[in-house]
Amino acid sequence: MTTETGKSRLIEDMKMHSGQDPNGCYQCGKCSAACPVSAALDLKPHQVLRYLQMGLENELAESKTPWVCASCFTCAARCPRDIDLARVMEGLRLSILRNRGGNKFGPAELTPEQLEKLPQQALVSGFRKYNK
Amino acid sequence: MRYRYFPGCTLKGQAKSMEDTTLAAAKAMGIELEELSEWQCCGAVYPLYEDELISLLSPVRTLAAAEGEPLVSLCAACHHVLKRAQELMQRNEDARKKVTDHLEVEYAGEGRVLHFLEVLRDDLGFDKLKEMVKKPLEGKKVAAYYGCLLLRPSKVMQFDDPENPTIMEDMIRALGAEVVKSPYRTECCGAYLSVTEEGVAADTVQRILDSARRAGAEILVTACPLCRYNLENCADNEGKTPIKVYYFSEILAEAMGLPSESAQDRGTKEEVPQG
Amino acid sequence: MPRTGVFICHCGTNIAGTVDIDKTVEASRNFPGVVHADEYRYLCSEMGQDIITKAIKENDLDRVVVGTCSPRMHENTFRKAAAEAGLNPYLLEVANIREHCSWVHKDMEEATPKAIALLRAAAAKAALNEALEAPRLDVEKRALVIGGGIAGIQAALDIAEAGYEVDIVEKDPSIGGRMAQLEKTFPTLDCSACILTPKMVEAAQHPNINLLTYSEVDEVKGFVGQFDVKIRQKARYVDPVKCTGCGICWEKCPSKAPSEFEMGLSKRKSIYVPFAQAVPMVPVIDRDSCLYFRKGRCQICEKECPPQAIDYEQQDEIIERRYGAIVVATGFDQLDPTIYGEYGYGQHPDILTGLEFERIFNASGPTGGKVVKLSDGKPPKKVVFIQCIGSRDKARGMNYCSKICCMYTAKQAILLKEKVPDAKSYVFYIDVRTGGKGYEEFQRRAAEEHDVAYMRGQVGKIFPEDDHLVVRGIDSLTNRNIEIKADMVVLAAATVARGDAPELGRLVGINSDSYHFFNEAHPKLKPVETHTAGIFIAGACQAPKDIPETVSQASAAAVKAIGLLSKEKLQGEACTAEVIQSDCSGCLNCEAICPYTAITPVEIEERYKDGVLKRTVAEVNPALCQGCGSCAVTCRSGSINLKGFSNDQIMAEVDAICLQR
Repeated sequence: MTTETGKSRLIEDMKMHSGQDPNGCYQCGKCSAACPVSAALDLKPHQVLRYLQMGLENELAESKTPWVCASCFTCAARCPRDIDLARVMEGLRLSILRNRGGNKFGPAELTPEQLEKLPQQALVSGFRKYNK
Repeated sequence: MRYRYFPGCTLKGQAKSMEDTTLAAAKAMGIELEELSEWQCCGAVYPLYEDELISLLSPVRTLAAAEGEPLVSLCAACHHVLKRAQELMQRNEDARKKVTDHLEVEYAGEGRVLHFLEVLRDDLGFDKLKEMVKKPLEGKKVAAYYGCLLLRPSKVMQFDDPENPTIMEDMIRALGAEVVKSPYRTECCGAYLSVTEEGVAADTVQRILDSARRAGAEILVTACPLCRYNLENCADNEGKTPIKVYYFSEILAEAMGLPSESAQDRGTKEEVPQG
Repeated sequence: MPRTGVFICHCGTNIAGTVDIDKTVEASRNFPGVVHADEYRYLCSEMGQDIITKAIKENDLDRVVVGTCSPRMHENTFRKAAAEAGLNPYLLEVANIREHCSWVHKDMEEATPKAIALLRAAAAKAALNEALEAPRLDVEKRALVIGGGIAGIQAALDIAEAGYEVDIVEKDPSIGGRMAQLEKTFPTLDCSACILTPKMVEAAQHPNINLLTYSEVDEVKGFVGQFDVKIRQKARYVDPVKCTGCGICWEKCPSKAPSEFEMGLSKRKSIYVPFAQAVPMVPVIDRDSCLYFRKGRCQICEKECPPQAIDYEQQDEIIERRYGAIVVATGFDQLDPTIYGEYGYGQHPDILTGLEFERIFNASGPTGGKVVKLSDGKPPKKVVFIQCIGSRDKARGMNYCSKICCMYTAKQAILLKEKVPDAKSYVFYIDVRTGGKGYEEFQRRAAEEHDVAYMRGQVGKIFPEDDHLVVRGIDSLTNRNIEIKADMVVLAAATVARGDAPELGRLVGINSDSYHFFNEAHPKLKPVETHTAGIFIAGACQAPKDIPETVSQASAAAVKAIGLLSKEKLQGEACTAEVIQSDCSGCLNCEAICPYTAITPVEIEERYKDGVLKRTVAEVNPALCQGCGSCAVTCRSGSINLKGFSNDQIMAEVDAICLQR
């Protein structure tokens, strides 16, 4: 059973910096239907918004979803409630990194082969998305 | 037609071919692309967090360096970042003041920020392009792969209809090739997930390739180096009909009768494991 | 000095809870001119009214101030009470000490002095009140109904049955509207045409109803009781008197155009009646596709017509007529889902809207009533219905719920199962909304007895692959991504206002909301009235609604119109503007700002020195003036007074408030 836990710092930060209000969501699921990586998400995009509405900070911090989101903006383009879910995900990533510490990804995790073949753009964007 | 030109990092490295073929084709078409004298990495991703102003320093510096002249880029990611940074500078006075004060530049969002495809469509015109084609790509079945960054968010990018874009197909048609449309042409390839979540990117890429294959495409063209990397490296295509992935500029150069990776080097290069 | 009486209402505790009534009564006694003050628990009750009537008589009062709720609520009640005692009702003044005072304050210490101030102002104004007479206006005993769908037909029949003449103006060649396009109706599955066509015929045959089809309203002038309307009867190029409706012309006509009635799914001839049961059964020629009008040759219809009813020279005709009341019942459109590129509507023949699918079921529809795919003529085995296409969508569509889609989708899924028993249907929904008699039960039958799979979630993308349509959606109850290889997709596209609604609203003089649905005068208590007296609304032009609701509203609008037409004379507005012509400079800014065209320039003669000077000044037509006051505040020389709200009266109120402390 979930009990009310009051305001979550992580979620309040996310709201402030993403400029998005999860309460606007009525759970139609269009984001999750449109998301190209939906199948790989432990929490579907609409669930992320529901968890935000419910203030389930710990579950969100442990979810893979923000880290699997590729910022393709499809969800934001199709949301009937005008919620920019790409910003919500970015907000979650940064709030989690800042509030809970630690980087998710660094150059050390790349193989020499990857470092040679990957376009510069991939490395820069990867580091930008997964680090403070 | 004269433009300031922002190449971006990838075009000086892994995607050199996109730059070479574009510059050659542009020259042949009388389009002058003057590289900015000094530039830095655009940052590759547009910061979606409102207080991440530091990530805007580089793109805004680039925008200011264009001095109000039309600024062209080729890489979809660079164009995306520049266009969105420009829109923020137009819309958010507070952010604009902080960033430009820090950079000690004056910039209020002026100047056209264009992708080279927009130059072809809006300034040159595809009809004109068609006339300039020397070696029409007859008989080739070419599918466009747009991905995300050129199209979305459409209110800011204003590049094309985000769900049913036509700009690349119109170019392909002008070059004399047969247009093949795949329903996955606007879906994400997985972007940087190929670095961190290989399995996920493999799925997205597989869907895109299989769908293009089903539509009968032999060639897939893109404007994004990362899309191309993923399309070429992330899927298992064993035993399937080969599909080659090119930059839009490579088929453009080829049709203009210019040296292009696709026309020459590719043949001798290791076949992309699409087949 | 006037003899003013002040009466203060407790309104239970609504006022007395925050305003000290005793103090207020005591303070009132000291206002200039006040000779009597009293209070009562409910002044609006009969006992309360009696107190006022008696006090007027006993104390010989010639002005009355009541401290009560808003004048919108009970001004009339108290005016009548005053009139009962022989006082001109306009000598009574209401001080709103509820909405303007007790309801917005919590503290009695604050509210009481404010109530006293409001009463003092009202008393100061009342002292300057003059006896006014409302003009008596004629009523033209005829109604105009704009729109010949089920709403318009029902309203017209009810008005006609009450004994008044009604004209129905319908822009299409036949009456019938949207309901004529439907196959069956929820939740009873009555055949739509079977219940509609008798009403169409009844309307056509009714001696009091005059059908003006293929006609549009060009101009509306005048006011309640006397609307002067110009109606454009578009040229049909067929003489309705000679035409027998035999059908030879449209049989022989060689040119075609997409059928509006069939939602463009099939073609009709260039000379056509929109559907088989059209009323009147008189065709029209569509100039845009007719060979004769385009190229000057053909004339086959003319040659073939047995009674020689074809007349290429026919012109639009303007009919000018006066009406006492107008009912606007112009219906709705369906949102064009091409704005949702991800659904691929318009790019594949088997992706349809709800209204298009309705035609597929219909025996006279594009497939002759066979439920088949338009792509290959085979029956669909898997059909995906998607709800809320453009409804509840503030980003790209309409923010409101279209109300009818949940039900007609359930209906279509049931009909599909009846026609194609081995078909499987899926409904993607956000919420299923089934408010209405028998509606919930009907929808549950679809899910439980007709094998309709309801999936709570939305669809992200639809695209053709091989010989089917791939529908990618989510079931948000299991959080699973769903992929359905469908044969057909039906999009429940939003119900939207007619494209020409804003223009019609301007023409008729009624306003609409941000979605262009016409506004009712009060969302609860005046649902069929508009802000313009004498103009009523019915049906989906006011908001999305289903047939039962539309019919109820149409009858309600008819009752309002009948009530109006049954009056011998109408009481006009007493508080109208008047121009003090000696002060008027003739700038006519008032004429420009008047929303009721009540102000016109007039030439007057004035003695000037030894001669006579002619000059232009403004004049108000009190029959047209609605007392809005726009002219009075626009007038630069202060030479317009609104009766009952004169500049002196308002200044007296301001002084009474400002000078009291």
